[in-house]
Amino acid sequence: MTWSLFFVQALNGLQYGVLLFLLAAGLTLVFGIMNFVNLAHGSFYMLGAYLGAAAYSASGSFVLAGVAAVTGALVIGVAIERTTLIAFYARDHLYQVLATVGLILFFNEIARILWGSSAIYMRAPQAFTGAISLMGILYPSYRFLVIAVGLAVAVGLYVLIHHTRIGMLTRAGATNLRLVSVLGINIRLLNTALFGLGAALAGLAGLMAAPILAVQPGMGDNIIVTVLVVIVVGGIGSIRGAFFGALIVGLVDTIGRVYLPILLSHVTERDSADAAGSALASMLIYLFMAVVLAVRPQGLFPMPR
Amino acid sequence: MKSLYAAFTLSLAIILTNSVSAQQTVKIGFVGTFSGSGASFGEDMYDAFMLPIERNGGKLGGVPVEVIRKDSQFKPEVANQVTDELLDRENVSIVAGVTFSNEMMAIYQKVIGRGVYIIGSNASPSQLAGAQCSPLYFNTNAQNDQRAEAAGKYMMEKGYKRVYTMAPNYQAGKDYLAGFKRYYKLPLAGEVYTSLSQLDFQAELTQMTAAKPDAVYAFYPGGLGVQFIRQWRQAGLAGAIPLITGSTVDLLTLPALKEDAIGVVHFAPWGPDLDNPQNKRFVSEFDAKHKRLPSEYAASAYDSALLLDSAITRVKGNLGDKPAFTAALKAADFQSVKGKFKFNHNHMPIQDFYVFEVVKDGNKDRYTHKTVTVAMADAIDAYQADCPMK
Repeated sequence: MTWSLFFVQALNGLQYGVLLFLLAAGLTLVFGIMNFVNLAHGSFYMLGAYLGAAAYSASGSFVLAGVAAVTGALVIGVAIERTTLIAFYARDHLYQVLATVGLILFFNEIARILWGSSAIYMRAPQAFTGAISLMGILYPSYRFLVIAVGLAVAVGLYVLIHHTRIGMLTRAGATNLRLVSVLGINIRLLNTALFGLGAALAGLAGLMAAPILAVQPGMGDNIIVTVLVVIVVGGIGSIRGAFFGALIVGLVDTIGRVYLPILLSHVTERDSADAAGSALASMLIYLFMAVVLAVRPQGLFPMPR
Repeated sequence: MKSLYAAFTLSLAIILTNSVSAQQTVKIGFVGTFSGSGASFGEDMYDAFMLPIERNGGKLGGVPVEVIRKDSQFKPEVANQVTDELLDRENVSIVAGVTFSNEMMAIYQKVIGRGVYIIGSNASPSQLAGAQCSPLYFNTNAQNDQRAEAAGKYMMEKGYKRVYTMAPNYQAGKDYLAGFKRYYKLPLAGEVYTSLSQLDFQAELTQMTAAKPDAVYAFYPGGLGVQFIRQWRQAGLAGAIPLITGSTVDLLTLPALKEDAIGVVHFAPWGPDLDNPQNKRFVSEFDAKHKRLPSEYAASAYDSALLLDSAITRVKGNLGDKPAFTAALKAADFQSVKGKFKFNHNHMPIQDFYVFEVVKDGNKDRYTHKTVTVAMADAIDAYQADCPMK
């Protein structure tokens, strides 16, 4: 258990964390500002991955794949928001959950019809197929690209939220939406813009995940549960919370998965340590969320109210 | 009362099959997973099973056969339901195929209880090779863990001293590792079980690299394998550490893996380049008809059709005499695509296991397995001692 190994594992956690952040940013805005529970957020992630993979195999350009994934998810997100979700804003959360679960099933089936039920695979862009030696440990260069894109988006969102008019409205909306609308701001338009932004970021996350994971129907269903953990830990409605929450969850999950079995092997036999360690590691982020909820129910980095 | 009912249905089934036997159409129910994530397995099996039948003008052993294809959807309850249809409505005398173990376990007792044969060519649960073996059940595949046993023996003989193992944390993963350790006797440099729902193995690969093993044995079937191999290559490990796998780079995943899988080592009782006339014919006919290389699941299904052909010939189409038909099947009087092939007393094959390496298929834009050597000759499964049949 050397420090260089720990550093590389922390890098793995960071990479997972920024991927979660791309998803959490949109979800937390929609949840925190529009007070809308959108479980179908994972579908935009899946669609981004599919559109990106399709564009990449057709054009061979990763940039074009990015354009396809982001604009595709944006357009679909805005269309769904305008046509379907708008009818559920005034309703109770239960209706929103039911409607968006329906959307998950709908999009999974669409993906199955268009691309088939078996997974499709996207290659990493040519320049990022190799590995870099980091203190004697080989590390895939594509993962650095994921980290770089995630951090760039974080900086971009920081500027957007804190230094632009739409960001000011967003922050104001998170604090008191009704007051903002009374001041003559078109809340409907703001909602649509936020929803579209969230969907576009989810599409980008899907594209970045595609060369690492398999692109398949339902790929967004599992990750959205982890993303919900992220926004609960970080504080609902807060981009800063989504960012730090995602990094914490990414690190806790990765480091826990690797080091728990090793730690347990000091106290118990190896076979049971392996079994108990990996079982405990998959529970770790939920245990962490439970602790956060007990100690700071508003999340670690809540919006100031 | 239950046994009386069973005896009654059994005798009724015998009377029924007797009355329709002798040159009448033999009905075969082919149960396979044809939809969902396991669909490619079922399709490959069915396409290969139909090849000898179509070549013989719809006959096996000179008798016209009717194959009724049923989709079990990778769900035991659906397998159960379609088997009911095959037994009650279609009155089949043979159930063939069966893709996954949980499907086989769901239908086994019911089919055997009705006096109907199961000629399985893929799913091969260990219980059915052991204590629950039956005169009515034959399987042309192998026990899953035999592939791992062959790998363990090969890696022991190759002299690898620091082997690191990786597998998903579920029953098949543990079975493979148990089979591997039956023949690989040295202590492992590391043994990692990843969560079955886990898709990203980077953290475990980092941990593995730090342990500096001289070879890795990994079991990641289907889509998991595609992700594992791609991440392996992205991490720069291809060529750096020998990767020995079980059911990870089969011919169903190679079209997705392409050059990422080059050099990865694989174990199976069959490969497309095995040098025997039956195999050459099988591979070229399959390729010509379906425009792809057959997988080992296809090879076993093809063998199961040849097995039926030989047995039906022996009994001259009279499937009613069960002891005679069982003996005819047991004789396995056909040229298998695997080369050597005979049945053990538990009706599981005694066959060779080979070491394969992934290579480019000549100048075609696809990838295949190249035979390296025999890993284990005349391999016998670990469960046969529990089977009371002689």
